[in-house]
Amino acid sequence: MRYLPKSPSERQEMLEAIGARSIEELFKSIPEKFRLRAPLALPGPLSEAEIIQYFQARAAENSRGYTSFLGAGVYSHLRSVVTDSLIQRGEFLTSYTPYQAEFAQGTLTAIFEFQTLMCQLTGQEVANASMYDGSTALTEAVLMAERLTSRHRVLVARSVHPEYRHVLQTYAKNLGIEIEEVGYTKSGQLDRAALKQESLAQAAAIVVQSPNFFGVIEELPALAEVAHAAGSLLVTSIAEAVSLGIVRPPVEADIVAMEGQSFGIPPSYGGPYVGVIATRDKYVRQMPGRLAGQTTDAQGRRGFVLTLATREQHIRREKATSNICTNEALYALAATIHLCLLGKEGLREQALQNLAKARFAQAELEKIPGVRRVFSGPSFNEFVLEFPRSIKMVNTDLLREKIIGPFALGIHYPELTKRALVCVTETTPRAEIERLAAAIKRILERPV
Amino acid sequence: MNSKSIDIEAQVGKILKVRQHPSQNEGLIFEKSAPGKRGMELPPLDVPVVDPAKALGKEFTRDAIEGFPEVSEIEVIRHFTRLSTWNYAIDLGMYPLGSCTMKYNPRVNEFVARLDGLATEHPEQPAEVSQGCLRILYDLQKCLLSITGMDAATLQPVAGAQGELTGLLMIRAYLQSQGNPRKTVLIPDSAHGTNPASVVIAGYEVKNIKSNARGQIDTDHLREFCTEDVAALMLTNPSTLGVFEERIAEIAAILHERGALLYMDGANMNALAGVTRPGDFGVDVMHLNLHKTFSTPHGGGGPGAGPVLVKKILEPFLPVPVVFQKEDGKFALDYNRTKSIGRVRAYCGNFGVLLRALAYTLAYGPGMRQATEDAVLNSNYIRKNLEDLFDLPYNLPSMHEVVFSDARQKKHGVNTMDIAKRLIDYGFHPYTTAFPLIVPGAMMIEPTESESREECDFFIEAMRSIAAEAEANPELVKTAPHSTRVGRLDEVAAARKPILRWKPEERGSR
Amino acid sequence: MYPKDYRYTKEHEWVKVDGSNGTIGITDYAQHELGDVVFVEMPKVGTQLKPRQSFGTIESVKAVSEIFSPVSGEVTETNPALADSPELINKDPHGAAWLIKVRLADPKEAAALMDAAAYEAYIAAQAKEHSA
Repeated sequence: MRYLPKSPSERQEMLEAIGARSIEELFKSIPEKFRLRAPLALPGPLSEAEIIQYFQARAAENSRGYTSFLGAGVYSHLRSVVTDSLIQRGEFLTSYTPYQAEFAQGTLTAIFEFQTLMCQLTGQEVANASMYDGSTALTEAVLMAERLTSRHRVLVARSVHPEYRHVLQTYAKNLGIEIEEVGYTKSGQLDRAALKQESLAQAAAIVVQSPNFFGVIEELPALAEVAHAAGSLLVTSIAEAVSLGIVRPPVEADIVAMEGQSFGIPPSYGGPYVGVIATRDKYVRQMPGRLAGQTTDAQGRRGFVLTLATREQHIRREKATSNICTNEALYALAATIHLCLLGKEGLREQALQNLAKARFAQAELEKIPGVRRVFSGPSFNEFVLEFPRSIKMVNTDLLREKIIGPFALGIHYPELTKRALVCVTETTPRAEIERLAAAIKRILERPV
Repeated sequence: MNSKSIDIEAQVGKILKVRQHPSQNEGLIFEKSAPGKRGMELPPLDVPVVDPAKALGKEFTRDAIEGFPEVSEIEVIRHFTRLSTWNYAIDLGMYPLGSCTMKYNPRVNEFVARLDGLATEHPEQPAEVSQGCLRILYDLQKCLLSITGMDAATLQPVAGAQGELTGLLMIRAYLQSQGNPRKTVLIPDSAHGTNPASVVIAGYEVKNIKSNARGQIDTDHLREFCTEDVAALMLTNPSTLGVFEERIAEIAAILHERGALLYMDGANMNALAGVTRPGDFGVDVMHLNLHKTFSTPHGGGGPGAGPVLVKKILEPFLPVPVVFQKEDGKFALDYNRTKSIGRVRAYCGNFGVLLRALAYTLAYGPGMRQATEDAVLNSNYIRKNLEDLFDLPYNLPSMHEVVFSDARQKKHGVNTMDIAKRLIDYGFHPYTTAFPLIVPGAMMIEPTESESREECDFFIEAMRSIAAEAEANPELVKTAPHSTRVGRLDEVAAARKPILRWKPEERGSR
Repeated sequence: MYPKDYRYTKEHEWVKVDGSNGTIGITDYAQHELGDVVFVEMPKVGTQLKPRQSFGTIESVKAVSEIFSPVSGEVTETNPALADSPELINKDPHGAAWLIKVRLADPKEAAALMDAAAYEAYIAAQAKEHSA
C-alpha cells in the first residue's frame, strides 16, 4: 500500500527484533472475542486515479455551471491561486500545533500576523488565533460575556443568523444562560424600543450581527451606549467580513465574533471556515482560543510563542475558558495570505465592488412589478426583497434556468414568507444579474 | 545570526537528517509594507460606481485601515515561503507526538478537495444540485459506522473537543428522556484536558477516577463511584498510556447495570481500526478525530473534524441536519428531528475535512487493518530499542504509542522537556512532554504507520545518543536546541507582558 | 527562612496577625513549586472569606494554582504591586509580595494553624514524599 513504507521482510525483521512471532501477538491485550476475524466491509482499495474519478463524479452531481445568488453567511469571493500554493506547502499543511516554539516559528509568526490583521480590521485591541467558525465564535463570545459580567441572560437580535442562534441555544441551555430574543424594525435593525430595562439590567450582553442576516448594518454606537449604561456588554457578530473594507468597524463593541470565510476561503459546502474573537486588552484573560505572543530568546532575537495558555483546557481542564483545542489554523493562515495580497487598497476596492453590484442588482430587481425592497436600513452586499408569490416556486423555476435563487426567509422567520435574501458579490457578472432579473420577470408573468 | 560554536555534526555523528535552515532574517509582513504596493488586482467593475458615504451614510463608513499591509505578490510568496522553512512537518520526517497520530497527509486528498464542483458549493443550495456533496457525506458516514461498529452518526462537530461536547449533550438528552439527566461524568486522571472541559460545558460535574497500577480503570473503584448520579464514564481506549483497557467489557457492564453510558474518546483509534470495533465492546457513543486517525492535515493546529458515532438508543438526539438516503435513492438533509439536541455548528460541519477523510478511507478499503498493524509494530519496535535506557513506568503491552518517563535522566538533572528540545537538534520534532498527567516527566511517543524502518532507526539512534549525552554532558541537553533559528524562548516574559499584535510604532524593532 | 510570627497552612499560605487585621500571602515553598509567576488573580475588596475558601489564583506559564484563605475575614486591601510585577512573588513571597489584607472575623483563629517550626517540618516531609 503506497502510504506504508515497509516491505514484508522489514516487517518480519522488526517482529523478530521485538521477539514476537506474529503481529497478532502485539494485539493480545484486546480480548479475543472483540478481535475482528474478517476485513472491514469497506469500499476500495482505490488507486489514486480511481479516487480522483470518484470525486470528479461527485463534483459533476453538484451545481457546476449554475450562477448562485446565495449569501446568508457564506460568500463567494475572489481568491488568488497564490493562497493555495502557499498553504499546500508541506511545512504549513503537515505541521502540528506550535507547542514547540523553536521548531514552529513559521506558524507562530503567521498567527501573530493574523491576530494583528483581525485587530486592524475590527478596531479591537486583541484577537485570538481562530475559533471554528462564526457560529461557534459567537457562542464563545456570549460565554465570555457571561464570565465577565457574572450575568446569565443575553438579549439576542432575531436578525442574527438563525443557525448561529441555534448553535448558541444548543450550548446555552445546559449552562443556565437565558436567551431573550429582540425583534427588528422596518429598517431591518434591532428594535431598541423593545429592549426592556429589567432585561438589560440582568443582561450579560446585547448580541447583534452587523451587517445582519437581512444584510442591514446595525447602529452599533447607539447600542453600545444602551448596553454600557445598563452594565452589560455589546457583542457583535460579523458574517460577511469583506464588509469591513468600507463599513465602519465595530469599535464600540466589547467583543467581536467574526467569520473569516470571505477572506480567501472557498464555500466548500459549509466548511472548513475560520472564526475569530477580537476584544479589548482588559478582557484577554477571559478570551478563549490560542494566542501567539511576541518574546525573545536568550540572545535577544525576536520570536513568537503560544502564550496565556493558562486559559486553555490542557492546563485549566474543567475550569478552562473553553474546551477548544484544535482550531482552524491553516485557514487563519489562508486568510492572512489573502489579506496580505489584497492589501489596504485591494480590500477597499473589493468592498466597493460588492456595494456597487448589490445596488445595481437591487435597482434591476425592483423594476419588476410586484418586487420591492423590504428593509430601509443601509445594506452592504445583501438585501431582502418581497415577491408576489412563493419563493419556493420562483426558485424551482430559476433552477431550471441554472440559477440558484435567493434565500427564502420564511423557513426561519414565519412572518417573512414571500421574502428572500439576495446576495451579490464582486464575482457576479453584470450579465448574470440582468439574466436573473429577466428570468424572475418572466417567471412572475406566468400564471400561477 | 545563529553563531553557536558547538559542532553539531561531531555531536550527532553521521546521522543524516533534514534540518531547517536557520539563517533567514525575515521580519513581519507589516514591516515590508509601503503605500501603493498591491499583491492582487480585481477585474474591473462592470456596473456603475457607488459612493459608500452617499449610499450608506457617513456614520456607517470607515476610514482607511491603518497599518494594513501593502505588499506585492512576490513579497507575499517570499515572506510565507521563508516562514514555512522555519517549521517542522510530517513531510520532512517523523513527528512522534503521542495521541496526535501524525501520519502522512495524502496529496490526492488535497487535490480532490479543491475540485470545481466540490470546493465551490454553497451549504444552503438546494439538495437537487448538491447530490454529490450529500453522497460524500453519506458514504463517509457509512464507512465510519462500519469501522466503529456503531449505528448512527453525525459529521457536524469540527474537532474532537466539539465531538466530545456533542456526545455528552446527547447523553444528557437521552437520560433526560428517561426521566433524570443525572449530575456527574467520570473521567480517568490520565485523560486529555478537553475531556473535563467538555463535561463542564455540557452542564455536568467532573469526578476524577484514578487509574490502577496497570494504568487502567480500577473496576472496584468504578463500582463504588458509579452511583445513580453518574451519567457516563468518558474513556480513551487505548488510554493515553497506549494501553488497551483489558476489562472493557466489565467496565461497560458496570455502567449499563446502573443506567449510565460509556463514552469513548476515539483519539487513539489508530490502534484499533480494522482490528476491533468500539461498538462491539460496549461503547454507546464515541467521537473520532479525523485529523488524527483519518489523515486529514493538522495545518499548524487545525482544521479538524470530530464526528460522533452512536448506538441506536441515542440516534433520535443527533444534531440537525442528518444526512440520509431517500427511497428514490437521492440524498437529503433531515431537519425535522424533534428530539435533536440542536446544532453544534452552522451547516453540516467541515465538509472539506470530511471529504479528505473519505478519500483516505477509499485508498485503504478493507486493507485498513494493515495501517493499524504497522502503527502498533512501529511503536513496539521503538519501545524494544529504548527500554534499556529509558524508564518504562507501566510495563504493559503498548499499542500504537509508548510512554516512557525521564526518571533515569532526572538523576543527571535532565528532564523530559530538555530531552525533547535536544531531539530537535537531531532533526526530529519532540514527542509529547509532560502528558499524561499521571506519569511525572512523561515522554509519550507515537510513530504512526507512516514511518519506515529506517526512520524508526534514526529516531532510536537519536534517543540513544541523547540518553548518553544526558549522562556525559547534561548541559548540552539542558540548553538545547542549538540548531534552530531561535533558541529557547522566554515564555515567562510572554505571559507577564503579553504582546499579541504588531503595532505601527514598533516598525523596525528586531 | 520562615518568619516566626507568621502562621502557616497545609496549602502553603501564611497569615500575619496584627490586632484585628491579617496579611496573607503564599510561602517560599509554594513559589518555588510554581516556578516563575506570570499573573495573580485577586478577589474584590469587601469579599467575605472563610477558612480554606479559594480567593484567587496564581499562574505560572504552565500551571494555575488556587489560593485558599487561612482564616475568616473581609478583604480590605489587595497588593497593587502584583499587577505590574507578579515576579515579586518569586523574589519576596513573605514580604513585599503579600497578596491581601483582611479584617479578621476572629483574631484567635490563626493560632490554630501551624507555626514556623511545624510548617518547616511539614514541608520537609512533603519534599521527601516527592522525591521518593
